[in-house]
Amino acid sequence: MRGMEAGGVSAGKRRVYVPRDSAARSVGADAVAERIAAAGAEVVRTGSRGMLWLEPLVEVETPAGRVGYGPVAPEDVDGLVAAGLLDGQGESIGVVEDLPWMRRQQRVTFTRVGIVDPRSPEDYEAHGGLAGLRTALRMSPADVVEEVVTSGLRGRGGAGFPTGIKWRTVLGADADIKFVCCNADEGDSGTFADRMLIEGDPFTLIEGMTIAAHAVGASEGYVYLRSEYPDAVETLTEAIEAARARGWLGERILGSDLTFDLHVRVGAGAYICGEETSMLESLEGKRGQVRAKPPIPALEGLFGRPTVVNNVLSLASVPAILADGAEAYAALGVGRSRGTSVFQLGGNIARGGIVETAFGITLGELVDDLGGGTASGRPARAVQVGGPLGAYLPVEKFDLPMDYEAFAAAGAMLGHGGIVVFDDTVDMAAMARFAFSFCAEESCGKCTPCRVGAVRGVETIDRIRTGQEREKNLVLLEDLCELMTDGSLCAMGGLTPMPVRSAVRHFGEDFAK
Amino acid sequence: MTTDVTDLAAVRVQRIREIATARRDLRGPLIPILHAVQEDLGHIDQADVPVIAEVLNLSAAEVHGVVTFYRDFRRAPGGRATMRICQAEACQAVGAEALGAHARRRLGVEFGETTSDGAVTLDEVFCLGNCALGPAVQVDGRLHGRVSPARLDALLGEVAR
Ligand SMILES: Cc1cc2nc3c(=O)[nH]c(=O)nc-3n(C[C@H](O)[C@H](O)[C@H](O)COP(=O)(O)O)c2cc1C
Ligand code: SF4
Ligand code: FES
Repeated sequence: MRGMEAGGVSAGKRRVYVPRDSAARSVGADAVAERIAAAGAEVVRTGSRGMLWLEPLVEVETPAGRVGYGPVAPEDVDGLVAAGLLDGQGESIGVVEDLPWMRRQQRVTFTRVGIVDPRSPEDYEAHGGLAGLRTALRMSPADVVEEVVTSGLRGRGGAGFPTGIKWRTVLGADADIKFVCCNADEGDSGTFADRMLIEGDPFTLIEGMTIAAHAVGASEGYVYLRSEYPDAVETLTEAIEAARARGWLGERILGSDLTFDLHVRVGAGAYICGEETSMLESLEGKRGQVRAKPPIPALEGLFGRPTVVNNVLSLASVPAILADGAEAYAALGVGRSRGTSVFQLGGNIARGGIVETAFGITLGELVDDLGGGTASGRPARAVQVGGPLGAYLPVEKFDLPMDYEAFAAAGAMLGHGGIVVFDDTVDMAAMARFAFSFCAEESCGKCTPCRVGAVRGVETIDRIRTGQEREKNLVLLEDLCELMTDGSLCAMGGLTPMPVRSAVRHFGEDFAK
Repeated sequence: MTTDVTDLAAVRVQRIREIATARRDLRGPLIPILHAVQEDLGHIDQADVPVIAEVLNLSAAEVHGVVTFYRDFRRAPGGRATMRICQAEACQAVGAEALGAHARRRLGVEFGETTSDGAVTLDEVFCLGNCALGPAVQVDGRLHGRVSPARLDALLGEVAR
């Protein structure tokens, strides 16, 4: 039996991997999986490798490794099987791990995504899962915190605040109960890494949150997961149940003194609920209105108790840091941007998907070398990095290294690592207008610079675009941006000027048409 | 006839109370309750608000404030199917606006409206996490990628059945 399972024996059922990631499903992976199963193979549904342009990407286990075929349409399956797909023969793209796209990457956080069956705790452990938690449970909470500090890990949700320092504050706070909250709201356009991690390797997030709980003394955790991701909600909910059944959550986790349980809470379609205090309000069952800081959530967070709030990728990076040591993680990266980041290539791009690599790779390497330029074949003109509140950059800035400080110095931000490419048909004045209208739509309404400023911004850009007193209105636009930057309570209003100003600065000609 | 309507209303109140009571001990129960009500009964009626408020010991105004804050919560019945078209930046870069215009023309409704035969509610959404395979569309929670106008028509054909 074992030999047959390994796939090397022609008499046995061949093992074939087909993603059940929702992006892969969105282009037909379910139908492909069905046809392959009908052809007599054992089909394992995995996450996606992140080469989304190749989805549905089918992988066949062979003695040389997993051989890939993609993109495979359902109607291609029978022909591919006839040509020897189940033996790794026929028109394949070769061994997946050896593809240049994979070789260029350093997968730490995404090490198991696309490889394991996300619904199988056995598979998780067989691929190195729980090593970080086991190490952490042998350490004192304070030592775990210091390990995360030493790793240099900074929050992947956008602001880049050092994760270990945040945990230190929560550890030092005295309270009857503390919480760990995972921000899985992932509202930024151009970002999908949180979703792919949860759909492709949910136990890593559970493990990361459990380590955080041990480190700060928390007993309850919540994952605030956006309602736009029903597949992720289902996968994570099932994984939490499986973890509970195995004693990875609950009382005396893995035989230690740690008690920690975890719950999924589904968002309700409000972008602002990705802002951490708004998320906490929403978790408490209220309107998602931003809270003034201080107090910081680390001291007075969920229901007023000390709370760790971290992004999915921040928490999912922690198991590897504990398992392999903080130094190994900190050895990667540049400047104060340590470790790896999971970049996401989207929009008008030939090879869109996930690239996990050490900080320091340039924007151009990502867009041109890995991404292969635009999907339309027209010249790239602008990229927006870091979501709707991030700057638009021209191709002249493609030598910028992916590094928090280098981006800040260029009037831009890395944010959650999403990179959205536009070709030369883009109208940048329209994109600037969109930034304001998005802010007007999604503002929580608590402060005037944002609530009113965004609406004024739309009107001002409309006047510029229709040529009404253009010079005067451009000055007005700049004043408005300054007011929103300085006067807004949170980064929604505070950063909306970033895409607007960058569009005016780098693509001024689009405002003079 | 009036008794029928009253009965229906009473049945609904009973159901709402059950849903709310089953979840009232959760931490922050209101949003899970609202999701469950909408899942079960299709929308959150104005008449449901005081019932939920009573179970949670909140004021009706507080519950109303939450229902109206979040885009997901529908205060009137929707169509038999819901199609949401991503209109965020990454999808805009590959033609999402034209796709949205095509869908509005095809169905004769604006975003947020339901076709007169009650078949489809059309809406916009800002990012479905499928930004490398745009334009992205979600039909009743199911994600679709690289949706051309022809593909959208085919999807509409499936739900209209
Ligand atoms: C308008 C707005 C939206 C945000 N959306 C998200 C989000 O979707 N996911 C996220 O992790 N952080 C988001 N953030 C950042 C959070 O406020 C917070 O910094 C983060 O969750 C902290 O976790 P980290 O330190 O691990 O990044 C958003 C911030 C703002 C101002
Ligand atoms: S800046 Fe906008 S979103 Fe942030 S608190 Fe003010 S009104 Fe709310
Ligand atoms: S921008 Fe459309 S799916 Fe992300």
